[in-house]
Amino acid sequence: MKLLVPVKRVIDYNVKPRVKADGTGVDLANVKMSMNPFDEIAVEEAIRLKEKGVATEIVVVSIGPAKAQETLRTALAMGADRAILVQTDDNVEPLAVAKILTKIAAEEQPGMVILGKQAIDDDSNQTGQMLAALLGWAQGTFASKVEVEGEAVSVTREVDGGLETVRLKLPAIVTTDLRLNEPRYASLPNIMKAKSKPLATKSPADYGVDIAPRLTTLQVREPSKREAGVKVGSVDELIDRLRTVGVIG
Amino acid sequence: MKTLVLVEHENGDLKDATLSAVTAAASLGEVHLLVAGDAGAAAVAEAAARIAGVGKVHLAEDASLAHQLAENVAPLAVSLMEGHDAFVAPATTTGKNIAPRVAALLDVMQISDVIAIEGEDTFVRPIYAGNAIATVKSSDAKKVLTVRATAFDKAPREGGSGTVERVSGAGDQGLSSFVGAEIAASERPELTSAKIIVSGGRALGSAEQFHQYIDPLADKLGAAVGASRAAVDAGYAPNDYQVGQTGKIVAPELYVAVGISGAIQHLAGMKDSKLIVAINKDEDAPIFQVADIGLVGDLFKLVPELTEKL
Ligand SMILES: Cc1cc2nc3c(=O)[nH]c(=O)nc-3n(C[C@H](O)[C@H](O)[C@H](O)COP(=O)(O)OP(=O)(O)OC[C@H]3O[C@@H](n4cnc5c(N)ncnc54)[C@H](O)[C@@H]3O)c2cc1C
Ligand SMILES: Nc1ncnc2c1ncn2[C@@H]1O[C@H](COP(=O)(O)O)[C@@H](O)[C@H]1O
Repeated sequence: MKLLVPVKRVIDYNVKPRVKADGTGVDLANVKMSMNPFDEIAVEEAIRLKEKGVATEIVVVSIGPAKAQETLRTALAMGADRAILVQTDDNVEPLAVAKILTKIAAEEQPGMVILGKQAIDDDSNQTGQMLAALLGWAQGTFASKVEVEGEAVSVTREVDGGLETVRLKLPAIVTTDLRLNEPRYASLPNIMKAKSKPLATKSPADYGVDIAPRLTTLQVREPSKREAGVKVGSVDELIDRLRTVGVIG
Repeated sequence: MKTLVLVEHENGDLKDATLSAVTAAASLGEVHLLVAGDAGAAAVAEAAARIAGVGKVHLAEDASLAHQLAENVAPLAVSLMEGHDAFVAPATTTGKNIAPRVAALLDVMQISDVIAIEGEDTFVRPIYAGNAIATVKSSDAKKVLTVRATAFDKAPREGGSGTVERVSGAGDQGLSSFVGAEIAASERPELTSAKIIVSGGRALGSAEQFHQYIDPLADKLGAAVGASRAAVDAGYAPNDYQVGQTGKIVAPELYVAVGISGAIQHLAGMKDSKLIVAINKDEDAPIFQVADIGLVGDLFKLVPELTEKL
């Protein structure tokens, strides 16, 4: 089967985001950008399914600015076969991303779409579930284990109480959690090879999707700051302080 | 406005996260609830009707709803949304799984992890691991929200006099089925509603030492146990212990971070705790920038001493 893996270009997880002074957003100028970490896990899972002989082709897709090409090249260097960039400088909300992906899924007919559970910039945790709804497919969110068994896939999910396993009819949507796998690094020869892998550039209009945002951001501000407290020199002093504040008897 | 709140329940227990969602929904208008489940759900609906401020409770009892499969719950919720203006779910793994599916079917852009409601269409939510707080206005006719439990008080479990009304679900959509679960039973308080939490990090070194050092301290304090991602990834603690941006969000009276460096992703999950205590051998560890009380030193010496002296 074919696998479709949407990957988003986001602020690198090691960078501490800074709110712009004018309160319109987060300053992304000259900030290191990378593939959303959960999407690296999604790409890795797709590659493993291909290595196992379950998948035949891996198509990666990104909706974003021209620079999202770099993110797609990274995915190609890891082992994806082909890429689609849906290029736009607009901010595309999860609902619109899901609509574009619905159209791409109709064209590509994948057996599974593997997404990250959450993009670490907007922290929405929506796109995969929305895509599943629009396609009328089953969804296995927050996956820590994925096993394809004939016409179905069994997905173990990280839930609040522990783990849960569901069986989904294929085609299906899977979203990745941290424990699914450890993504590989692309080797230098593979990075070179990725440069000649096919990358098609499209626009949201090509898919006839209206990406006008439904949400208007009125303000973005810093969270309230926590002041650093005191350092104590001993366990006795720590217990004293806890008693004074009254959190322990 | 009429709101429909998804009730979170397990084994007949109505979960605390629901109570916070009710408080959030009440600031929008009339609160109706949706209890979806199998045979046990009727008892949950009775309990739900007693929550202060609740009007109608819609009870859908069907085998296909037993495990809150999003494929079966979402069409049910959508059918009830004709009579409601907002769908509100707690930002638990169940809520996060179901709400976006409802939103897409309604052609609505969901607002995730709401921490404050400023009006019928204006909501506040953290982005970038809580390093920025956004105020957003929705132009959608209906609203779909998930709400962060720690940001809203719990509605009282008693005092309401709602009425239970049976509704029929959309039946089994034939897309998914429940296979099994490994849900850890614990005598300890639940992480997201505990008053005190002791969390361990990578420094614990092994699952044995995690239990050996963290558990007795948690027991002494009557605390829940949490962990950093590094500790979970290494197998020292189960996944449901993870506190952080992509784990659980907690805000207890007291949070004790043991051998945790304080990466932004971890801070995102616990920095709204009332009092933070950090034990770390590195005096420059970022956790000390948010800790109210810091103790620099070797946890393997300090934690047993603390446990002993409490
Ligand atoms: C997409 C993504 C999502 C993430 N989500 C989360 C999340 O939800 N939650 C989360 O926690 N992390 C998350 N992380 C991981 C995060 O970036 C950090 O890697 C992680 O929090 C580090 O865990 P730690 O503090 O236990 O380990 P480390 O950073 O290795 O820190 C260990 C600390 O222990 C101290 N120490 C060592 N030995 C001792 C000793 N004997 N006594 C006392 N102190 C000692 C060290 O000084 C150090 O400060 C995420 C990362 C990514 C990329
Ligand atoms: N602009 C985008 N381009 C490609 N994939 C995306 C985009 N936005 C979201 N996704 C996918 O949807 C997942 C969840 O994102 P979100 O719902 O925004 O938290 C991500 O991990 C990606 O797999």
